[in-house]
Amino acid sequence: MALPVVLYFLVFKYLPMYGAVIAFKEYTVGKGIWGSEWVGLQHFQDFFQSYYFWRVLKNTLILSFYQLLFGFPAPILLALLLNELRHEIFKRTVQTVSYIPHFISLVVICGMVVDFSSRDGLFNSIITFFGGESSALLSEPGNFRTIYTASSIWQELGFSTIIYLAALSGINPELYDASKVDGASRIRRVWHITLPGIIPMIVILLILRIGGLMEIGFEKVILLYNPNVYDTADVISTFVYRKGISESAEFSYTTAVGLFQSLVNFILLIGANRLSKAVSDNKLF
Amino acid sequence: MTIQRTIGEKLFDSLNVLLMVLLIIITLYPLWHVLNASLSDSNRLMAHSGLLLLPDGFNLDSYKLVLSNPSILSGYRNTLVIVVLGTALNLLFTILGAYTLSRKSFMLRNPIMLAIVFTMFFNGGIIPTYLLINNTLHLGNNLLALIVPGLVSSYNLIIMRTAFQGISESLLESARIDGAGEMRILWRIVVPLSMPVIAVMILFYGVGHWNSWFSAILYIRDRDLYPLQLVLREILIQNSTDSMTTSAAMGDKEAIGESVKYATVMVATLPILFIYPFLQKYFVKGVMIGAIKE
Repeated sequence: MALPVVLYFLVFKYLPMYGAVIAFKEYTVGKGIWGSEWVGLQHFQDFFQSYYFWRVLKNTLILSFYQLLFGFPAPILLALLLNELRHEIFKRTVQTVSYIPHFISLVVICGMVVDFSSRDGLFNSIITFFGGESSALLSEPGNFRTIYTASSIWQELGFSTIIYLAALSGINPELYDASKVDGASRIRRVWHITLPGIIPMIVILLILRIGGLMEIGFEKVILLYNPNVYDTADVISTFVYRKGISESAEFSYTTAVGLFQSLVNFILLIGANRLSKAVSDNKLF
Repeated sequence: MTIQRTIGEKLFDSLNVLLMVLLIIITLYPLWHVLNASLSDSNRLMAHSGLLLLPDGFNLDSYKLVLSNPSILSGYRNTLVIVVLGTALNLLFTILGAYTLSRKSFMLRNPIMLAIVFTMFFNGGIIPTYLLINNTLHLGNNLLALIVPGLVSSYNLIIMRTAFQGISESLLESARIDGAGEMRILWRIVVPLSMPVIAVMILFYGVGHWNSWFSAILYIRDRDLYPLQLVLREILIQNSTDSMTTSAAMGDKEAIGESVKYATVMVATLPILFIYPFLQKYFVKGVMIGAIKE
């Protein structure tokens, strides 16, 4: 019964891994994967020496780092704050509302962001209300990272909180009662009971995040960016998509670029896992 | 036993509540703004700037334009086909795989599981995948290209397998003694006992299909086959509302285009918002199941 599933993984996951050998060849559709000539590391060298290498690498890492720095702690903070709410119905209302944006499609979200960022859009109305100048926000390279990160947090904050709330609900309530008797303040209870209760979950999710550091959500970048902001917005995957499929068809070159990305990711993941095993005993594998 | 709340704690509680109210407003206001704009009179909307707390001059013209647009209608139809057919196949494959891999008696269990988990962390990249689907399998310009390459998600397979492993072995054993075959056990015992997690899978896969657009960009060339999200991309991101506003005079075009965009957002989002309350308990459960590690 597992045969169809095994076949699926072989064809759609492992065949592309095999297909990635074209990164070391000069692939043409006519000659096929095997028939094309080997060129060794030529494509990798070309990429490392190109003007785009530093641009896309820097943008990928900075955008990921922004996501990590602001997007990662936000749901933890929200879970902790929700946990301190006394009114059960109010708490559930906040949760229900905060999940909603997760279910709106990325295309619609980005459509809203693009519209709100236009010269006479909502964001500019707010900026001019506070005495600022109105401008086409998404055509300025300096704004892209902020808009990208903030809108991602807006969309996913509530939904990412669920997993931490699940971890919080697993904490033994007797711990809280005991600490109250001992006279621990609320801050101390959060510090010594609540936080340690969700640390393993935080570490696991952090490792996964670091493993995906190079894989910034490029579908969203494609929806939000335009040639004006390539300087700060173009990431490795969007570069691969443009040079490999949408604008030109440099299959071998872009496969090499993609492979470079996968490899760095994989190394980061293993590194993060090792590190976490060493310092905290929490590990993914 | 009650312990007195100090002033500091009361202050914290009030601030916390205030912060949460602010969060609700920030989350909901953009949607409220879009709803109001879609219901507003297009010319007055053009002149308006700032927050919209209520529609500015009520009319439904933009909705009429959107709902009579052939691209939107065919987009809805294609998306419906993809969601229904895709989710059904997702479920079938995930259930079959998860059941086999949950049986301890299955010898290749661990190596296959390892091979599947490996694909979560390493992949061939988008170009080799594109070449496989487009040039080798010739699935280009076919709705199957949006369904078959994503038949099983490793993550969902793991969730499903964990759920199946929770079913008591002795129950399955007694069915086996009564002469039931593996297929019968799976569909008559295991699946009915796992309905909650199956509901979660339907939700995850279904929402995934509904929202997906990138694979359609890669593989679909025929406009008649565009799923809804691709049509939305044209209207919302690439700003092409021409097909809907052709009958309008030049000056009105821009104004109508603006309110058409807002109406499009509503038409694309309302179905999700309507079924959302019924879905909520399932996805919360789903994420929690996903959080449990073996």
